[in-house]
Amino acid sequence: MTRIPRIAAAMLALAAVAAASAQQSPAPKSSADGIAEYRAMLADGNPADLFVAKGEALWKTKRGPKNATLERCDLGKGPGVVKGAFVELPRYFADTGRVQDLESRLLSCGETLQGIAAAETAAAPFGKGEQANIEALVAYVASESAGMKFSLPQGRAEERTMYELGKRAFFYRAGSHGFACASCHGEPGKRIRLQELPDLTKNPGDGVGFAAWPAYRVSSGELWGMQRRLTDCFRQQRFPYPGFGSDVTIALGVYMGVNAKGAASTAPSIKR
Amino acid sequence: MPDPMRIRAQAGADNKATVRVLMAHEMETGQRKDAAGKIIPAWHIQQVSAKLNGKEVLSAQWGPSVAKNPFLQFMVKGAKAGDKISISWIDNRGETRTDEAVVT
Repeated sequence: MTRIPRIAAAMLALAAVAAASAQQSPAPKSSADGIAEYRAMLADGNPADLFVAKGEALWKTKRGPKNATLERCDLGKGPGVVKGAFVELPRYFADTGRVQDLESRLLSCGETLQGIAAAETAAAPFGKGEQANIEALVAYVASESAGMKFSLPQGRAEERTMYELGKRAFFYRAGSHGFACASCHGEPGKRIRLQELPDLTKNPGDGVGFAAWPAYRVSSGELWGMQRRLTDCFRQQRFPYPGFGSDVTIALGVYMGVNAKGAASTAPSIKR
Repeated sequence: MPDPMRIRAQAGADNKATVRVLMAHEMETGQRKDAAGKIIPAWHIQQVSAKLNGKEVLSAQWGPSVAKNPFLQFMVKGAKAGDKISISWIDNRGETRTDEAVVT
């Protein structure tokens, strides 16, 4: 074989490659694609699983002054029913006379069933002592509803009031920078640096926004529930600390949760 | 006692199994300072060992550069469904944890 046909063959091959790539026209990868790829790589070994395992053990362990487990805790679907409870929270509870989210409900159960003072747990710093247990329990309860669709009850007046309250809190501008939740999460296509922001005034999609928490945060190696997520949103807005399990945080949860109706929960998910 | 590991072992083609391990550990480097300016002492896993039916198939020495809550994945030859995989680690405080999983 001579040299020329070989070069010609090589050129033909090159031309074929060029044609193929022109056909596919590789669109520049967006930052969201990059982050999604990164999450997919991490998802197989999501350390949130460690919190789920810890939470499941805690749920079934006798603890507190009353030496009882949480297995009789009513999360809204009857005592001891965990599966599917997460995607219907926050909701109204007759025994406490309040609309409660998962974290505040766990505080109530801890107090009534185990005798662990709810006020003390609420006042503890995130990630420390009893708060660390709450994080694990939150991960466990959420994991039992993974893949299910959000469907918060709005049948009671209290629940509808909380939705309205949450809506007002969401659009309420305050603080030194005149921020509201809606400043960042009120319309689609916004981002902070490379982080795309979900539009929380409607259903942003499966596993986005409200449907993505609790989540393991790789950057800090912590598991964050919705309470901690909201507390950090308040901090970023230069608002005062809202209080763990406070009505305003629950109201925002109702607002986002009702808006996310039909979105599948991926919690506990993984975040950078 | 340290928190448990999560171990998944799946038998695949060519008589090989894929093992995925998540370990719960702080993995403190010894380089960081706390709010008071004091150095947070190093606390990390130093030795990892994997056994297939009691026979060691992997041993590793780890240092402070391994991330918090480490994830370890490896393939092991000759492992079939029903075999036992056991993972142990020892950290620099002498604490240790061993967990076992069955290959599926």
